[in-house]
Amino acid sequence: MSFLNIQNLSKNYGTVPVLKNISLEIEEGGFLVLVGPSGCGKSTLLNTIAGLEAINEGTITISAKDVSQLHPSERDIAMVFQSYALYPNMTVAGNISFGMEMRGVPRDERDRSVKQVSDLLQIGHLLNRKPGQLSGGQRQRVAMGRALVRKPQVFLFDEPLSNLDAKLRVDMRTEIKRLHQRLKTTIVYVTHDQVEAMTLATKIAVLKDGVLQQFGSPAEIYNDPINMFVADFMGSPAMNLLKGKMSVTGGKTQLMLGQNEERCVSIDLKQTSAALKIYKDKDVIFGIRPEALTDFASASYNGASIVKVNCLIEVVEPAGSDTFAITKLGGKEVVARLRADANVQAGQYSDLAFNLDKAVFFDPTSQLRIA
Amino acid sequence: MSSSQSQQAVKMGFATRLLVYGILLIVAIFYLLPLYIMIVNSLKPLVEIQQGNMLSLPHEWTVAAWSSAWSTAQIGVEPTGLKPYFLNSLLMVVPAVFIATMLGALNGYVLTKWRFRGSEIIFAMMLLSCFIPFQIVIIPSARLLGLAGLSGTIAGLVAIHTVYGLGFTTLFFRNFYEAFPTELVRAAQMDGARFFQTFWRILLPNSGPIIVVTVIWQFTNIWNDFLFGASFSDADSQPMTVALNNLVNSSTGVKEYNVHFAGAILAALPTLLVYILSGRYFVRGLMAGSVKG
Amino acid sequence: MLDDQTSKQTFTRVLARRRFADILPKLVLAPSFAITLVFVYGFILFTGALSLTGSKLLPDLTKWVGLTNYERLFDHPNWWISLGNLAIFTCLYITICSVLGLALAILLDQKIRGEGVLRPIYLYPMALSFIVTGVAWKWFLDPGIGLEHVMKLWGFESFSFRWIKDSQFAIYTIVIAAIWQSSGFVMAMFLAGLRGVDNEIIKAAQIDGASNWTLYRRIIIPMMTPVFLSAFVVLAHLAIKSYDLVVAMTDGGPGTATWTPALFMQKFTFGRNEMGMGSASAIIMLMMVAAVIVPYLYSELAKKKSS
Repeated sequence: MSFLNIQNLSKNYGTVPVLKNISLEIEEGGFLVLVGPSGCGKSTLLNTIAGLEAINEGTITISAKDVSQLHPSERDIAMVFQSYALYPNMTVAGNISFGMEMRGVPRDERDRSVKQVSDLLQIGHLLNRKPGQLSGGQRQRVAMGRALVRKPQVFLFDEPLSNLDAKLRVDMRTEIKRLHQRLKTTIVYVTHDQVEAMTLATKIAVLKDGVLQQFGSPAEIYNDPINMFVADFMGSPAMNLLKGKMSVTGGKTQLMLGQNEERCVSIDLKQTSAALKIYKDKDVIFGIRPEALTDFASASYNGASIVKVNCLIEVVEPAGSDTFAITKLGGKEVVARLRADANVQAGQYSDLAFNLDKAVFFDPTSQLRIA
Repeated sequence: MSSSQSQQAVKMGFATRLLVYGILLIVAIFYLLPLYIMIVNSLKPLVEIQQGNMLSLPHEWTVAAWSSAWSTAQIGVEPTGLKPYFLNSLLMVVPAVFIATMLGALNGYVLTKWRFRGSEIIFAMMLLSCFIPFQIVIIPSARLLGLAGLSGTIAGLVAIHTVYGLGFTTLFFRNFYEAFPTELVRAAQMDGARFFQTFWRILLPNSGPIIVVTVIWQFTNIWNDFLFGASFSDADSQPMTVALNNLVNSSTGVKEYNVHFAGAILAALPTLLVYILSGRYFVRGLMAGSVKG
Repeated sequence: MLDDQTSKQTFTRVLARRRFADILPKLVLAPSFAITLVFVYGFILFTGALSLTGSKLLPDLTKWVGLTNYERLFDHPNWWISLGNLAIFTCLYITICSVLGLALAILLDQKIRGEGVLRPIYLYPMALSFIVTGVAWKWFLDPGIGLEHVMKLWGFESFSFRWIKDSQFAIYTIVIAAIWQSSGFVMAMFLAGLRGVDNEIIKAAQIDGASNWTLYRRIIIPMMTPVFLSAFVVLAHLAIKSYDLVVAMTDGGPGTATWTPALFMQKFTFGRNEMGMGSASAIIMLMMVAAVIVPYLYSELAKKKSS
């Protein structure tokens, strides 16, 4: 049985629905990441789990106990806030032990727990400082300490890394993952950063406009996006989405990219599913990730259905570990991810390899996945 | 921040600079003149004012006018000096400031962190009440104080000043708590703190500056009030401003200018002291009181 | 079964507590709201009702006279004197305070040595009661001992300054004292505004070749519009309510020369036992304040909403 279970949850602000019939579950010790663009309702969903915002319909159960109507402090959860929300008038030790104080935990026990947590997070030397005297990373640790000390059944994280600079963010990300592996406590984590989502999660829930789009493992979300939104949102640089037309001539299925005859590119699809065949002579959206569109040398040994297309390279962006090449297919800009030392130059034609194993197809009107 | 701007903005010649300093100094003299006159003449014997030059220093320095103003001058019918009225003002100001500030803080807390349907309208109504000309409430207030048996008492004045100070204290705290991170309140809730615990342990300890601003604002306004004092007090409960006006404008006997000046300084002393000790907060209060929203 | 019962009880208890937690904030706000409702809005209505009655010494809500009090008010020469004085006072007070305040703020913003001393000197009058201000200026402008007397002692035998005793000019002495009291505050508002101007705008203007004069006239002063507006509202509001200063300086005299609406209200209600007319004058004052404040607050709130 799942550990945290959200069923048919809906929430409105007045007449405006912000969460629509959301059902999610995560097993004990799992790491659930809620991801989506700003305003998608992910933070609201987290707040309803925390009990900071009331729900209109549905239930939330933690460890088989319905907590939907309980006060936040009675749900056996702890939360790390985006701004850390450290009490500025209290010392670090005071911040960490405030919750225990509210629950009437005796002083010596509080001191013991504070000591334990501060050792774990290596903030022992900061205990008598005020939050104002700490650096961003230190505040982040204290905020985690305040959550850890409660030994809750579920940790909630609300974009905890978004206020840190790039380098520190990567370090803290690793630290959170390490902590999770060590404590094995269930975590619900909100972020708008899809890299964070991919690296941390055991399960990802993608939200948009208050509707759950897809719920699955990081690999499922990345490789088998259920619709164009998920495909576009996850991955950086984003998946290339191109409009094309299917044609079947003499058992050979071809995809024509672009309407205009002279800039038209046709790709032979070697293996075609039945679902795709229905779209004969119809428009589809062809999706291919930049890493599946690469220089020939990198592509040759990792795919069964490789198709070669000669493309005019417009811009070359060396990124150190890779080189990104921007070209146009059927009049639309496309990003290809090449080896760092790939021999491409802006303004010249190069052969690019399409790994069609990794290609996905969407219906242009419903935006749902076809194949 | 500000000085770097001036460095940029102004490159002016020596003559212009001299002119600027000259103007600023002359204006400063204009502002200081009444204070100088009050101090200097309060230290003169009366004849020196009647016959001598108001702007010159005393030939004969004396604090007689001060002691007269404080303890023996005729106020109304009694030769009590201003002392009992100074006490009246203190007894009126302290509770009125305390109650209105506490209520304002709680209101600000509710209006920002516990919004409910209609709370914005309540705030708008309280905000508007800051601006009414008090003449509009004088008659009903007098009536109500009479019915409550509070007319002519200090308690009545405390009640009136609390009631009509509430709009401003609420405004101050609401604007301050509006910028107070809501996540802190949520964190406290997660930690198990309830409504009042969150207020006492999280909000209030972090409200130092706005408490100072509010207290100064209320103190200055209530201490300096004349309208309510003149309308709702009787001979025994008059605040300082009303007593001073009686002292100065009593039509009988010789005008003791030196005593008037000494009395005026006594009446001004508490607010001037507050201003000198905490000018920064004083200005902030004035600004907050004027630039609303 | 038993388990079910207890869990049900716990659930009801939880719900009850939740409901109490929901109404607690409203309970806390309720007294203040009730006070505002009664003491501000209720009292306004009460005064409004009184203005339609023939109340004399005491409120009497049985003698309805319609708009008679308003007609009598606007037929009364003292009310017109009060309105005229208010117009003179308000115009001069607002204009001079704004000009003086802005000028001082600009001069003070020139990296002045001793700004820390000068600024509090300009501002301290704001801490004083109008009664104290009134006493100081009343005697300083008194021809017998004040300015005129001093000038004569200094040898200017023909010097004459007896405005405060002159029914045509007495109102201007009140203007002087009021400006002395408030202009420092306006200066502080402008100074805060000037210090909020983005340094890069000034740099850009200088690179464009603007002189100091042009810089202020074309760029900085136009940016002070919101401060002008705030100052206008504060000063207009203070002016309409002006009562203390008049009482302390002239008590309306000589004769009725320096009456203002606030003084009129007080004198008629409590001096002449014309409570109905007094109420009518208070209602007119409220309307004047509202005409200034309501549009201002409305635009401020609208600005906030859109941002």
